Amino acid sequence: MARIIAGVGTSHVPAIGAAMDNGATDSDYWAPLFEGYEPAREWMRRTRPDVAIVIYNDHASTFSLEMIPTFAIGVADVFQPADEGYGPRDVPAVHGHPELAWHLAENLILNEFDMTIANNLAVDHGLTVPLSIMFGQPDVWPCRVIPICVNVIQYPPPTGKRCYDLGRAIARIVASFAEDLTVVVFGTGGMSHQLQGERAGVINQPFDLDFLDRLVSDPIGLTKRPHVDYIREAGSEGIELVMWLAMRGALGDSVTEVYRHYHVPASNTGAGLTILEPG
Amino acid sequence: MKDYSDIPGTYVFDGEHSRKGYRLNMFCMSLNDAANRELFVRDESAYLDGRGLTPAQIKAVLGRDYLELLKLGGNIYYTFKLAMLDGKSMQYVGAQMSDMTEEAFREMMLNGGRPIDGNRHKGEF
Repeated sequence: MARIIAGVGTSHVPAIGAAMDNGATDSDYWAPLFEGYEPAREWMRRTRPDVAIVIYNDHASTFSLEMIPTFAIGVADVFQPADEGYGPRDVPAVHGHPELAWHLAENLILNEFDMTIANNLAVDHGLTVPLSIMFGQPDVWPCRVIPICVNVIQYPPPTGKRCYDLGRAIARIVASFAEDLTVVVFGTGGMSHQLQGERAGVINQPFDLDFLDRLVSDPIGLTKRPHVDYIREAGSEGIELVMWLAMRGALGDSVTEVYRHYHVPASNTGAGLTILEPG
Repeated sequence: MKDYSDIPGTYVFDGEHSRKGYRLNMFCMSLNDAANRELFVRDESAYLDGRGLTPAQIKAVLGRDYLELLKLGGNIYYTFKLAMLDGKSMQYVGAQMSDMTEEAFREMMLNGGRPIDGNRHKGEF
């Protein structure tokens, strides 16, 4: 039987990936962020999941305004890094787990989550930067990956509650998969940041730390937070945090935070990382 | 009046905004293709011709006026592709949109970012 053994919440700032790709992680600017990633990587080396379900968003890389699926799941054998406007990141191709992905796609739809099914899905920094953060720079990513792409670019994204409920459904469906697999669920994006407008640069550290606390102790309370509160308090791009609630929903009622790291700034963002284990 | 209308300096990319910026954003999207980037760099005006952008949008693209691009329906993830092409960072763009020098913007971020206090409502902005 497949089982979810942990959840990871992490920012997916493109500059974090670029710092790794350009060998700048030891610089004064980046070292404090990357030092805090080391224990998380150590945890990941010990944990060695078979599959990572990565809940992320595309940033005008694969999906454009032509078609905007609210939830899409990648069922392919392999997902190539996307060209986001400056050539694809030089990171390994991402290998999928089509059997579990199709099991998820079919059963999510039958459980009333109307997924878009993607066979051809180039993945951008939203997915590859979290892999880089947790796995470093291997020649091959050490686990299979199932991308679940959430629209958070075109307003409105799905509600936090809907994301949380999606996570709960993912947990039930993973548990019904016959093969013996260990699964880690990633929720990515955030934390507070605003890239656009005269208010660009907003960071709200108390908001971010409260979010990390309540992700453990009060996820149901977090699911009641309306979009306007994210936009106002965490910046227009801080709304990506709804994707962390999908991860949290997949972990059950009670969790233990086994690691946390928070650092300002990573480019224009409050960068957070949390590792949660059920129980 | 939308519930987010009183958030200052913020252009929520809702349906109204998306409709206004569709052609502009789809032009930006075309820059994901290396061959298109080359064509655009070779002759920006010619590349923009016939793509359905308004004269104001074309002017803002050519002038790399990122705040104006937002006001004309642009979405930052799309319009930022122009900055990438120019080798400019998100901090450069953020500084330009908020009328700061890039140096001052970077310094502000190092000091914890733009404070949320005083920046929640239009009245206090």
